[in-house]
Amino acid sequence: MSDAPRPRSGTRRGFLDWLLSRTLTTWILSTSLGGLIVAVIYPVGRYLMPPASGESAASSVTLPYTPDELAPNSAKIFKFGNRPGIIVRTATGELRAFSAACTHLGCIVQLREDLGHFWCACHNGHFDLNGVNIQGPPPRPLDAFEVNVRGDQIVVSKGA
Amino acid sequence: MMHPMRRTLTTVWEWLDDRIGLAAFQAIAKKKEVPVHRHTLWYYLGGMTLFLFIVQLGTGALLLIYYRPSAEEAYESIQFLMAEVQFGWLIRSIHHWAANLMILALFLHMFSVLLLKAFWKPRELTWISGFFLFGLSLTFGFTGYLLPWNELAYFATRVGTQIIAVVPVVGETMLRVLRGGDDVTGATLTRFYAIHVALLPATALVMLGLHLFLVQRHGMSVPPSVEDAGGPKRVMPFFPNFLLRDLVGWLTALAILAALAAYLPAELGAKADPFASAPAGIKPEWYFMFMFQSLKYLPAHILWFEGEVVGILAFAAGGVYLLLIPFIDRHTGREHTRLFTWITIGIIAFIIVLTYLGYTANPTA
Repeated sequence: MSDAPRPRSGTRRGFLDWLLSRTLTTWILSTSLGGLIVAVIYPVGRYLMPPASGESAASSVTLPYTPDELAPNSAKIFKFGNRPGIIVRTATGELRAFSAACTHLGCIVQLREDLGHFWCACHNGHFDLNGVNIQGPPPRPLDAFEVNVRGDQIVVSKGA
Repeated sequence: MMHPMRRTLTTVWEWLDDRIGLAAFQAIAKKKEVPVHRHTLWYYLGGMTLFLFIVQLGTGALLLIYYRPSAEEAYESIQFLMAEVQFGWLIRSIHHWAANLMILALFLHMFSVLLLKAFWKPRELTWISGFFLFGLSLTFGFTGYLLPWNELAYFATRVGTQIIAVVPVVGETMLRVLRGGDDVTGATLTRFYAIHVALLPATALVMLGLHLFLVQRHGMSVPPSVEDAGGPKRVMPFFPNFLLRDLVGWLTALAILAALAAYLPAELGAKADPFASAPAGIKPEWYFMFMFQSLKYLPAHILWFEGEVVGILAFAAGGVYLLLIPFIDRHTGREHTRLFTWITIGIIAFIIVLTYLGYTANPTA
C-alpha cells in the first residue's frame, strides 16, 4: 500500500486518485462490503415476506343461517375461508352467491335494495345479480360461487 | 460592574463555546439574511411545516403510551384514550389536526417553490430532498390513518394498498409484503405501525437534516420576477427578525390547532369489520381525494388497459415529473419559458377541482 500516491490534500481529484489507486484495498473493501450488504439485505428481505398463512383450502362452506332467513331482494355477507362472499336471494326467490370483493380495488360490495343490484361504495361500481359489471370502473364480473340447499342448510362452493 | 446574572450566563456561554464551538453558529446566524420583497410571505411555509412536524413528534410520542397495535385492541385502546385518559382527546385531536395542517402547509410550500422557481440551479437537491419529504409525509398520513382500525380507514387501506398490485411483475409480491398477507388484517396494522412510528420518523429526520442544510447553504432563493425588476430592495437579518416573525406564525398555528382540537375533536367511527360491506360515503383523507375521485371517473377499460391502471400510471408519471422538474424546467439564460408555470397551474387546478367534486358529487350517480 505504500506505493500509492498520497492524497493531495484539498483537491477532489487527488482524493479520488488516491482512492482508486488502492486496487487491493478497494477490492477487499468492495467485496467484503458487498458481502456484508448481501448478508443484511437477504435475511431482512425474507423477514419482510409474510409467512404463507394457512390459507383456507376449503372449497365449500356451510352458511350459519337457513334459507328462510334470507328474504327476497336481500343479501348477506359470509366468510368463505378468510375471504368475504355475498349471498343474495333475488326477487324471484333464487339464491346466488359471489365473491364480495369488488374486482376494481377489492372493497366489499353490498346489495342496493333500491337499485336491485350489487354496488361498491368505494368507487361507485355496479354489478347486476349475475355478478356482471354493468357500470363504473370494475373491469370484470364478480367471481361466482355455486349454491346448494340441502334441507335447512345452504352450502356454497367454488364453481366448477 | 457586570450584572451577576449576566456574568453567570457569560460563564456558561464560554464553557459551552470552548467545547462545542458556539461562536461558529453565532457567526452563521449573524450572517444569514432573508431578502424582503412582495413574495417574502412564501418563505414562512417551510418553517411552518417544520413546526407542525415537531408537534407531530411530540404528540405522537404521547399517543404511543396508550396505543396498542393489534386488530383486537387498537380500536378499543383509542376509545379508552378518548373517553378515560385525561386530555387523551386533546392529544389525539392535536395529532390529527396538526397532521392535516402540516400536509396543507407542505402543499402550499411545494407549489410556491414550484411557481417561484426556487428549484433552479443550484437548488436541485434541495427540491429533491423536499420532494422525498413530501412523499414521506403522505406515507405518514396513509399509514397513520389505519392505526385507529376503524371502518373508514380499513376500506381506504384496502383500496390504497390494492393500487400497488398494478405494478407489473412484482406488484402482487409487493402487495403481500405491504399487507403482511393477502388481505388487510392485523398483520397489516403492525406493519403500518412499525412504518409510522419508527421507519418514517427516522428517515424523515435524516432527509429533513439534509434539506435544512441545503437551505442554509444556498440561502433563500429570490424569485425571477423580483430578480428581473432589479433584485430585492432590502434584506432582513434571519436572527432575530425573521425568526421572531416565524414564531408569531407558529403561535398562531398553535392557537388554530387548539381551537380545532377543542371544537372539532378527531372522530373514531365504527370499528373495522373485514366481513362487512364498504359503507356508503367511504373516503380517504382529503389529500388523497383528488386521486380517489379521478379513479371513479375512469371507465373500466381504456384501449386495452384496465381503467385504473391507466389512472395510476398517470399519477405515477405526475410524481416523476415533479421529482425531476429541476432537470426539465432549467434556467437557461435570461429568457425563461412560461410553459412549466402553466403546467404547474394546471396541476393545482386539477387537484382543487377533483377534491371539490370528491366532497360534493353524488356518490351513486
